[in-house]
Amino acid sequence: MPQVSMTVNGKNVAGEIEGRTLRVDFLRENVGLTGTPVGCDTSQCGACLVHVDGKAVKACSIFAGEAEGAEIATIEGMGEADGTLDYVQQAFQDHHGLQCGFCTPGMVMSAHALLKENPKPSEAEIRHYLQGNICRCTGYHNIVKAIMVASGQDATGIAAE
Amino acid sequence: MYAFDLKRPGTIDEAVKALGAEEAQALGGGQTLIPSLKQRLAAPSVLVSLSGIAEMQGVCTDDDGRICIGGGTTHAGVVEGAATYPALVSLAARIGDPAVRNRGTIGGSLANNDPSACYPAAVLASGATVVTNAREIGADDFFEGMFATALEEGEIITEVRFPVPEAAAYEKFEQPASRFPLVGVFVARHANGVRVAVTGASEEGVFRWTEAEEALANDFSAEALTGMSPPADTMISDLHGQAAYRAHLVGVLTRRGVTAAG
Amino acid sequence: MPDGGIGASTKRREDVRFLTGTGNYTDDINLRGQAYVHFLRSDVAHGTLKSVDTGEAEAMPGVIRIFTGADFEEVGGLPCGWQVTDRDGNPMQEPGHPVIARGKVRHVGEIIAAVVAESRDAARDAAEAIMVDIDDLPAVVDMKAALEEGATKVHDDLTSNLCYDWGFVEDNKQAVDDAIEAAAHVTTLELVNNRLIPNAMEPRVAVGDFSRATGDSTLYTTSQNPHVIRLLMGAFVLGIPEHKLRVVAPDVGGGFGSKIFHYAEEAFCTFAAKALNRPVKWTSTRGEAFMSDAHGRDHVTKIDLALDKDNNFTAIRTDTYANMGAYLSTFAPSIPTWLHGTLMAGNYKTPVIYVNVKAVFTNTVPVDAYRGAGRPEATFQLERLIDKAARELGVDPIALRRQNFVTEFPYATPVAVEYDTGDYNATMDKLEEIADLKGFEARRKESEKKGLLRGLGINSYIEACGIAPSNLVGQLGARAGLYESATVRVNATGGITVMTGSHSHGQGHETSFAQVVSEMIGIDADMIEIEHGDTANTPMGMGTYGSRSIAVGGSAMVRATEKIIAKARKIAAHLMEASEADVELKDGQFSVAGTDKSVAWGDVTLAAYVPHNYPLDEIEPGLEETAFYDPANFTYPAGAYACEVEVDPETGKVTVERFAATDDFGNVINPMIVDGQVHGGIAQGIGQALLEACAYDEDGQLLTGSYMDYAMPRADDVPFYTVDHSCQTPCTHNPLGVKGCGEAGAIGSPPSVVNAVIDALQSGGHDVAHIDMPLTPSRVWTAMQG
Repeated sequence: MPQVSMTVNGKNVAGEIEGRTLRVDFLRENVGLTGTPVGCDTSQCGACLVHVDGKAVKACSIFAGEAEGAEIATIEGMGEADGTLDYVQQAFQDHHGLQCGFCTPGMVMSAHALLKENPKPSEAEIRHYLQGNICRCTGYHNIVKAIMVASGQDATGIAAE
Repeated sequence: MYAFDLKRPGTIDEAVKALGAEEAQALGGGQTLIPSLKQRLAAPSVLVSLSGIAEMQGVCTDDDGRICIGGGTTHAGVVEGAATYPALVSLAARIGDPAVRNRGTIGGSLANNDPSACYPAAVLASGATVVTNAREIGADDFFEGMFATALEEGEIITEVRFPVPEAAAYEKFEQPASRFPLVGVFVARHANGVRVAVTGASEEGVFRWTEAEEALANDFSAEALTGMSPPADTMISDLHGQAAYRAHLVGVLTRRGVTAAG
Repeated sequence: MPDGGIGASTKRREDVRFLTGTGNYTDDINLRGQAYVHFLRSDVAHGTLKSVDTGEAEAMPGVIRIFTGADFEEVGGLPCGWQVTDRDGNPMQEPGHPVIARGKVRHVGEIIAAVVAESRDAARDAAEAIMVDIDDLPAVVDMKAALEEGATKVHDDLTSNLCYDWGFVEDNKQAVDDAIEAAAHVTTLELVNNRLIPNAMEPRVAVGDFSRATGDSTLYTTSQNPHVIRLLMGAFVLGIPEHKLRVVAPDVGGGFGSKIFHYAEEAFCTFAAKALNRPVKWTSTRGEAFMSDAHGRDHVTKIDLALDKDNNFTAIRTDTYANMGAYLSTFAPSIPTWLHGTLMAGNYKTPVIYVNVKAVFTNTVPVDAYRGAGRPEATFQLERLIDKAARELGVDPIALRRQNFVTEFPYATPVAVEYDTGDYNATMDKLEEIADLKGFEARRKESEKKGLLRGLGINSYIEACGIAPSNLVGQLGARAGLYESATVRVNATGGITVMTGSHSHGQGHETSFAQVVSEMIGIDADMIEIEHGDTANTPMGMGTYGSRSIAVGGSAMVRATEKIIAKARKIAAHLMEASEADVELKDGQFSVAGTDKSVAWGDVTLAAYVPHNYPLDEIEPGLEETAFYDPANFTYPAGAYACEVEVDPETGKVTVERFAATDDFGNVINPMIVDGQVHGGIAQGIGQALLEACAYDEDGQLLTGSYMDYAMPRADDVPFYTVDHSCQTPCTHNPLGVKGCGEAGAIGSPPSVVNAVIDALQSGGHDVAHIDMPLTPSRVWTAMQG
């Protein structure tokens, strides 16, 4: 079996894979990082979104073997080791941007990628950016709000305070 | 997925060689191919990933002022690199979603020629040239109907060269589920004429709406197309829209595209 | 006062694990030595299963064993939990529901064989080598055609495809017909309530485990109600007594009804783990979810509203065809009947109502409860109908509603339920304010400048939640009680563990339930832990659906906590050498009225477990109490919703520009969580109204088998919502005065969206009276063409 090695959340990780092993399966099963879930099989829901060399990528739509030498960041690598949340995670908690939590890792990773590109996105920009992240619980209201707050914007003016 | 070997060549030559194997298939960004592999709709024995080939990536401008995009360039890479062709940037920036744009490639999209893909409309309306490891193929000769192209077995799109029109715009009306275009229209005014390419609508894949091109040649305005839409008989009818609706949308979007191109 | 009592928008404690990727969803559970199952599913909708040859597949690498229907001949079928009685007093037709198909396949996605192998890929590889011989039969897809004489039968052993023909209230039928005959005006509407696929973001997962040492079986499963699964699967399918079967539903990634039901895959994994003596795991793909999770809605309805010359409602008559799919899912028969017919009065004082429902078997995936379950179907038809009536009569739709509102409570409807409390004018007043209806005309003019048609849609809604009084539902055919349970375990140093029979899969029980106990005792909420989801450590409870958690589960917890406080007061009285009647509990301190004597909560709890100075002759040591709460009535959340849309007349595309919701949920425990529940419900309602539809072709093939064709609401499909729940008429019969908020958004929102689109089109001069959901661009444009 072919070998692959990569950096995941700053740690070197190596393992045996098949050609058909997906990145997300490698993370969940070989590395044991189950924080990245799988919600669909058509590269649409975004639950499995991780960062590869700093860019948002759906881990269900890339092979583990394509990641040789790559730097991967997953939800487990966000925030501090002692459990302190980072500013995006904290905004999600403060503004109830999650309910069942299943889409949340992808949402948080997506929000980080957005804010890196666009530090003060408008509501419309946030909604457009999240096209590839489906949430069934929140109606997106508090997710959009949390990202606005995380980016230092005043969200008190929006509906439903 | 069926089992296969994954190869990751570093050069075009190595990729061509790898694709010479029995049942070998090229893998671009995988945003369409990987989902279909999961459904076991394809059974390659070797999958040749093109994502590690540096010479197939990036955007530059050639001596004729054409924008030359490496076949392995992601949609996000086009957005970053093709600023002098805003209509193309606008198209690339609306394909799929950000994560898909970070992986999906122009070469992969064109080689697949999904009847609802965006890029074929840009290539056809721009009169672009598709460059492969073996030859150059003009846009009008490249697309051969739904999921069919002029590419030979094992042939790789290494580059796409886009002449930059005087004015251009891409109008996309999304299918609500997939967010692919239910209908997409790329309108381009060139020094030597107007080209209008339509994707998403026809059972024969991307096509040029020549009646509109003729009407626009003398009068590049939405008014020149008043009341026009292409015949509905070859349009796709499905859950998301009947043929008559798609034909109607082609007219609407072309008019909007002309106005947006200015 | 302690932090985080009732009424505080306490941040959710469960968020920390979900935000750091440390939740424990069922697919995160991997047991030592586990095998994987792949289900070979039917790709034809209807056919005679002539043979299933597994010979070649058995020999493939990694295959452990392949199971077929023959392996389940001695095993029970999946049970149905509700028996509906038809108009003639006869029980519904109830077909068998095999775990693995035998003799026939009846829908695309039905399990034909199960391959257990060392890996997922090996199992799937082998499944492709199974030779299945099916003789295709004509597929029964259309409900009305299914009931025609001579139609192909889904179940050969039944007399027809009719599950039941239900009339409610049968005694009112003639009076309703007479009132319609005598009416000054009758408005009629024919409509489809579109079939939906629930699509919780977490696909279903089951892991079966068996201990040869103890003979105990364990099932880890994505369920909203682990005790219900234990009872149904243990007693009715596999014959395992409850004490030898543990069901664990750990973190569950959304349910929306679809994870209430007992599914074949759960029974299979439990069965196979024992047969093979090793854990067996199944993880649904999204594609499998589309064809194996129970679907929702799917009604075809004709409804009439009779009005007198003063526009008072005088009668409602509705005829509905309700799709059951190929088999009866766990609670399927109750949805179009008792959860639908009983709500046909809506918020209005209509004197007589008659509801007819014909439930029909078809070669489609079973249909069961989906967020709202029957109540959205009732609300949609009624509120669309009233809007149509207002247009026909040329009266203001809000005024017509107000004129007919129930205003005095309790109110006994002509459809057998009694609304305990409400104030529908108050929620409508509030809606007019927060939706800024006064500003609508100005906004419409702005839209017109952009060439867009703007429409305003409003509606009221009522729902019956807090399901349900057991004796009542027993009379109505439920084969279960619908109480809830809680055990409150106070630890020696004062911390508390509450074990609830409710289940949280996004609702935030771990936070809000703790707020209630915190308020009652007067200690910080972080001293209280809420456990749920494991039959091994929670009392027998019925789980979470029907907006019942706080109303029923919360009430059980209150009752148990009251018992705790009563006992603690006795202990405190002993410690303070005071009379129990004089002891007060405030802010976690027991004190004697009129004195400076007091003991802290922790002193009392320590005394309970270290009973040195303790009235052992009067009370037992320890501090742990259990309560079961059976509600006296349903609760009746109600409210009013407003939607503003823009329609692009050139393309038919509808954009939701504004959405406002006013809900009367009675008392509210955590306003932040309640807002979130309403937001999510609204998005699902907008999804139903504009985007989502499950479609089958005439051969019973599922046309919407992935997110490529089934349109889920995304962030840019919806606006920010304005929600308000300040109008509060507390429930009169549960201790918290709460009504439940989980489904309101999904019930209340579809009619306002559709009403708004119709308003927009009519304002643009298009004579469109109705469009069936979802109002896709194509449908709206087609309707505009006349």
